[in-house]
Amino acid sequence: MKATRLSPRPDTARRATRREKLVEAALLAVACSSILSLALIAAFIFKEGLPFMIGYGPGKFLFSSEWRPKAGLYGIFPMIVSSLLATFGALGLGAPLGIASAVFLTEFAPSAVMKVVKPAIELLAGIPSVVFGFIGVMIVAPFVRATAGGPGLSLLSAAFILGIMILPTVTSISVDALNAVPQSYREGALALGATRWQATRMVVLKAARSGLVAAVILGMGRAIGETMAVIMVAGNAVKLPSSPLDSVRTLTANIALEMGFAVGDHRKALFATGVVLFAVIMALNGAAMTAIRRKGRRG
Amino acid sequence: MSAPRGVAARGAAARVATAGRARARGQARAQAIAVGILGAATAAAIAALAFIVFFVLSRGLPSVTLEFLFSKPRGMGRSGGILPAIVGTFVLPALAIAIALPLGAGTAIYLTEYTREGRLTRAIRFGSDCLAGIPSIIFGLFGYIFFVTTLGLGWSLLSGALTLAIMILPTIIRTTEEAIRSVPRSWREVSLSLGATRWETIVKVVLPNALPGIVTGVMLGLGRSIGETAAVIFTAGSSLRMPQSIMDSTRTMAVHFYILAREGISAEKAYGTAAVLVISVLAVNAVTYWLMNRFIKRRAR
Amino acid sequence: MKLRLPVALLLGASILASCAKKLESITLAGSTAFQPFAEALAENYMDTKQDINVIVQGGGSAVGINAASTGAAQIGMADLVVLPAEAAGLVPVVVARDGISLIVNPANPVADLGLEELRRLFNGEIRNWKELGGRDAEVTVVSREAGSGTRSSFEKIVGGIELTDDAIVQDSNGTIRETVANDKNAIGYLSHGLVNDKVRAVSIDGIAGTSESIVSGLYPLVRPVFFLTKGERSGSIKDFIDYVLGPEGQAFIVEGGLIAAK
Repeated sequence: MKATRLSPRPDTARRATRREKLVEAALLAVACSSILSLALIAAFIFKEGLPFMIGYGPGKFLFSSEWRPKAGLYGIFPMIVSSLLATFGALGLGAPLGIASAVFLTEFAPSAVMKVVKPAIELLAGIPSVVFGFIGVMIVAPFVRATAGGPGLSLLSAAFILGIMILPTVTSISVDALNAVPQSYREGALALGATRWQATRMVVLKAARSGLVAAVILGMGRAIGETMAVIMVAGNAVKLPSSPLDSVRTLTANIALEMGFAVGDHRKALFATGVVLFAVIMALNGAAMTAIRRKGRRG
Repeated sequence: MSAPRGVAARGAAARVATAGRARARGQARAQAIAVGILGAATAAAIAALAFIVFFVLSRGLPSVTLEFLFSKPRGMGRSGGILPAIVGTFVLPALAIAIALPLGAGTAIYLTEYTREGRLTRAIRFGSDCLAGIPSIIFGLFGYIFFVTTLGLGWSLLSGALTLAIMILPTIIRTTEEAIRSVPRSWREVSLSLGATRWETIVKVVLPNALPGIVTGVMLGLGRSIGETAAVIFTAGSSLRMPQSIMDSTRTMAVHFYILAREGISAEKAYGTAAVLVISVLAVNAVTYWLMNRFIKRRAR
Repeated sequence: MKLRLPVALLLGASILASCAKKLESITLAGSTAFQPFAEALAENYMDTKQDINVIVQGGGSAVGINAASTGAAQIGMADLVVLPAEAAGLVPVVVARDGISLIVNPANPVADLGLEELRRLFNGEIRNWKELGGRDAEVTVVSREAGSGTRSSFEKIVGGIELTDDAIVQDSNGTIRETVANDKNAIGYLSHGLVNDKVRAVSIDGIAGTSESIVSGLYPLVRPVFFLTKGERSGSIKDFIDYVLGPEGQAFIVEGGLIAAK
């Protein structure tokens, strides 16, 4: 039943409704155009790469280890493995550090610290990947070579640099997710006698879960799509890694290294690599989503 | 109560209290350890940042003079300054955000406020998350083929901005969505019950409270645009001229650093460029946060 | 409210933009290795001619060929030793030559290598420096990426190279130099003009890679830099290319570390 409203006059109400409909239509148009542009990119990649992959033989493309464009051989198995390993390595470093920092900043640190540190970490997001790459080449790789052996330009160095690179993404979004948890949740837990850590662990983290997962997913996306820094630090050898100290080539590095010069079939093969990348990302994201949904719905 | 039972009761109570205190001490210790680890993680993250910034600034600041900031490059970038690149670095990401923010925020608003959560919205969100992982060189190639060649925009700031906008769109959509969803439903209901329309509620209640999250998305998108090289080179080009309009080509500082360092032309100028870049990003972040805080404070009144 | 302002700005800027272009302009695009030279040449050229605008883009040799074919650029720059099929419709002219130097870390005692030894090193047949009279250490082979003009020139001249799967691949001269400078056991190749004191060039079959030996043809590792135009060059394009081929342009190229076209 219509409660006592501060009712506008009838013609204002009509105008308001018309404006509402206009706004809704405009927003629909906006949403459609963004989704269209995203779809355009996807279509572009698939149009250039999928026919080639089917013609060449998806099994051969995905599972053979010979990448010799001059001889017409296009096998990307080592690169799929390297991309996955580098991304998980990066997540292994960046996700815990990022979420832990976010938890510390929102739950335990004085707000003055947060006001300084959050923008500081976001600053990392603006540093170009090439700078990270250079630091990798000049400091991380020699360090790895000196302490652990191998050429230094390796999977380990790449995973390390990537981990640092995804820190801002994971931390910022986690901080926002944690801040969004209502204060009443924390107060309720404390009133029941929990310590702050218990309140955080048992209540806040669970409540912020979907935001934290978003943080990790976006971080994962960033890691797997990173090109420049990886090219400079990973060594780019076309072989299956037998240890983290081996030089590896990721899917993105393969595309970027050769796209500038590739023509004909070679270029189509690189787009097919892009298709595979897309599929890998879809698989990773899909797995992450099922994981959330299984753990329970958002409260 | 007889004396022995009272003593036993007091003893039992004392034991419970001791056990309780022990548990409390155990929990306090657990908390101390947890906080210690969390603090250490934060310190490590900050240390990584500090190191990178220190590294770049210590090698780059000696090259940053007034001449460096305000003159054009000469001799392939071996001498002179980087003024065109500075201009490009500010204009290009700003344009990209100007395109991506309305598109992304509008999409997020539509998806959260005007549609019900269902398969379509999940599919859209999934699709855009996936696109966030596509390497920038593919966006660069798309931009080259679509904007530069097919649409005939040529190598220009406009081509670059459009391409960058598509690249950061997923991030903006996702973070705006999370920010909007974090505004409690009850607030919307209160607003609607007071007679506000849906759009008014969004503009006056939801968006201002979602602002910090939206700003995070903008910051991340801005950061990515400023540091982008592959996508920019293929679309905005790498001309060293000072751009006269958005149809002109120019470099950004990231591209300039990339070319200088990659081709081994001048390490000092390269680091100088990186130093200016890092300082600019810091400045942009600081200003944006200051503006946002002022906006929030004014609303709180 | 959110959309109107940016859209208005964009429209306004585009309108302004279309009014701004009055100068005739020539665009070059292609080889990133030659791009810095092209930029500096363009700069010097524009100092003498006020009414023309020369813009230089990079993107790589393939982009250069593509841009010249589609008309996105008037001159394509390519530093490939053999031009691919896509360049069939374009007219090439050699504007410079570049020597390729083999570099090792300064701490490496090996100072001379033969073409045969190079072939076996890059094939992965020679794996330890002691086989070449150096220290007992595993060789780290550093190469450019598969489509690089430098690499294809190197591999074509040395002949019979099937790059070992263990080779490290870097995508630019600068990073190859950095890699070799940091790894005592590395060997790589790059543009002759970019060798600095962080690395050391080895002589090939006793011949050091100096400007004289490259020009005279004694030093074997040399490749051309092409300017490609659609059809015979004419008008301002011809003027610019003539400048580059002329004494001033060539002197500048030599000064920068490349070799003259002739």
